[in-house]
Amino acid sequence: MRKLFIAAVAALTLSASAAQAAGGAYVPELKDVNWSFEGFFGQYDQKQLRRGFQIYNEVCSACHSLRLVAYRNLSALGFTEDEIKEIAAEKSIRLPHGDAGALLNDDGEFFTREAKPSDKFVSPFPNDAAAIDANGALPPDLSLVAKSRLGGPEYLYSFLMGYMDEVPEEVAHQKGFILNEDKSFNIYFPGYYTSMPPQMMDELVEYEDGTEATAVQHAEDIVAFLNWAAEPELDERKSLGLKVMLFLLVLTAMLYALKRKIWADVKH
Amino acid sequence: MSSPEWNNPVVKWVDDRLPVFSLMHHSTAGYPTPRNLSYWWNFGSLALTVLIVMVVTGIFLVMSYTPHVDMAFDSVERIMRDVNYGWLIRYIHMNGASMFFIVVYIHIFRGLYYGSYKGPREILWILGVVILLLMMGTAFMGYVLPWGQMSLWGATVITNLFSAFPIVGDFIVTLLWGGFSVDNPTLNRFFSLHYLLPFVLFAVVGLHLWALHAVKSNNPLGVEMKQPEDSIPFHPYFTIKDLFGMGLFFMFFLFFVFWAPNFFGEPDNYIPANPMVTPPHIVPEWYFLPFYAILRAITFDIFIIPAKLGGVLAMFASIILLMVLPWLDRSKVKSCKFRPVYKWFFWILFLDCIFLGYLGKKPAEGSYIIMAQLATLYYFAHFLVILPLMSKIEKVVDLPESISAAVLKKSEDA
Ligand code: HEC
Ligand code: HEM
Repeated sequence: MRKLFIAAVAALTLSASAAQAAGGAYVPELKDVNWSFEGFFGQYDQKQLRRGFQIYNEVCSACHSLRLVAYRNLSALGFTEDEIKEIAAEKSIRLPHGDAGALLNDDGEFFTREAKPSDKFVSPFPNDAAAIDANGALPPDLSLVAKSRLGGPEYLYSFLMGYMDEVPEEVAHQKGFILNEDKSFNIYFPGYYTSMPPQMMDELVEYEDGTEATAVQHAEDIVAFLNWAAEPELDERKSLGLKVMLFLLVLTAMLYALKRKIWADVKH
Repeated sequence: MSSPEWNNPVVKWVDDRLPVFSLMHHSTAGYPTPRNLSYWWNFGSLALTVLIVMVVTGIFLVMSYTPHVDMAFDSVERIMRDVNYGWLIRYIHMNGASMFFIVVYIHIFRGLYYGSYKGPREILWILGVVILLLMMGTAFMGYVLPWGQMSLWGATVITNLFSAFPIVGDFIVTLLWGGFSVDNPTLNRFFSLHYLLPFVLFAVVGLHLWALHAVKSNNPLGVEMKQPEDSIPFHPYFTIKDLFGMGLFFMFFLFFVFWAPNFFGEPDNYIPANPMVTPPHIVPEWYFLPFYAILRAITFDIFIIPAKLGGVLAMFASIILLMVLPWLDRSKVKSCKFRPVYKWFFWILFLDCIFLGYLGKKPAEGSYIIMAQLATLYYFAHFLVILPLMSKIEKVVDLPESISAAVLKKSEDA
């Protein structure tokens, strides 16, 4: 019954998203990945999240902010307090003024301080305008992308792996399609051309845990990390859910037995 | 039905001065209920349960929510990430809204099928429609509070509808906005009203139940209770049946909360509101979709009524129409069980509503518009043509003599 229900829900979502995609331009089906955090019992793989964090920290953070996540939250990935302090201290936060009230220091630069575990992840650019100026388009904040895109982690994975050197037939033949040499072609990105250059390549980072550094591995890891950034409560949510369901199942069964007993001699 | 004699002296002392114990007795062990109610009669108590759940979770959310355009989105994320069990409270409240509509839509269709709107339950039914309208207002304003993209743009589209009214239109819109666009004053007043309306709902639900207790429940046969054997006391029979239903319902509800919390939501609402960027598809929450389809179906002027106003009027009419339903359906027979022809029209109406919901999600272009126009036409034709006509020409099946007679016959046959 439960399987049936999940299947029905899945079918509904799938048909809904397929129908939505079918509305306009050609978009292939999203790539399917078997995430550790899928399904009833699925949970995050802490090692994978750490690898994903490494990619964010070494690559994506050059352009993308992650403003809703704090350094202290990294304890969920198994980092110790000292490690978190070190990670935070690598970043500096611009201060509005120095101790004496001056706006700039003796070198004519802004005053800064080291980030602390209680700080949110430091953004690469001071504001949106600067980010657009440097990148040609706004690199969106990544804290909630796993929830704010239709298809969630599947979409993110497909997007990261969706860059193509050659424009496929289905797209090239579409009415109104124009080649754009300044941007990158990505089959999953709405409008096909994105200002973000392709990122996923073999040996993008050298994993601290020795995992083989393939593009596919990188993509899975960073997306798992982004999903954690968007839904840090997932592990707790599902394990609490199982307990609550078990309780409700027993309670409801008892209520049913009681109902049968109370109604036993009533014709209805 | 007289009050019992209270043995406990304290209870008696209180009851003589404020008859709360008598009241409780009258609405439980002393309240006669048809013995043949099916599980479709569980949905009223379920609706009340969801209302309570919504109010309780809502009050906790408010403790950490900030109704300001610069802070609302982040304050909700703080609830999700830093407040203890904030994610649980928010996901219950968020999915609770959808559950409320699922339960109440079933409750309404139950009433339509069994003719529960007919005399003597007209006021009970009309209060129900008032409840539905209040729920819609509450849900709409609640959706604006997290101040995501869909909050802002949904609010913009819907509030703009009022500008269709001649003369007063622009005034109403400015009043709703508290300015010249959906902005901080809009968020503030919506927040205030979103907190107020559920308590108004409580009051109207109170009237709804008062009316119910005056006229008593209808039942699957649509034959009123006539003799003592037709009824059983509400307590313990329906208290236990309602509790069992609640157990099942909470499993359904919490499945979404724990495993698919964003199933009913729009991904776009996880992007902070941005007045400079319009999302490609602005769609309302699923429970508004049939009405949204009706709104957009009117693409042509009707005499002097411009299309936009026509759409707004059609949308409101589709709900207000329900209020006069008791006077459109003149058939003496309540339950569809004994209406062999109308029964099928009931199911066609049901499918029509689902279809309208589907169309509400589609872009208003090409053949979708024509389909929405036909579905809208059918919706109104059902109430204004088919129903009155049916009352005249349908040959109904003979009604059983009484509830108890039918129940006894059924158990003998079995
Ligand atoms: C050189 C800067 C740069 C780097 C490095 C970079 N991005 Fe981007 N990213 C962008 C820009 C610019 C956009 C906006 C694209 C657009 O609007 O055309 C973007 C958009 C995105 C989007 C949104 C896509 C959508 O559907 O809107 C995601 C997700 C994303 N990047 C993920 C990543 C991840 C993960 C990494 C690290 C592996 C990364 N980016 C590294 C510049 C960058
Ligand atoms: C907040 C929402 C609502 C609550 C809490 C609520 C509550 C209840 C309860 C507890 C009952 C008795 C149990 C039952 O018959 O299922 C009832 C009956 C009824 N309700 Fe509601 N209700 C709500 C909304 C509505 C709406 C929107 C309508 C119709 C438009 C409606 C129409 C009726 C009718 C006609 C009955 C009597 C049914 C019968 O006896 O057959 N209710 N309601």
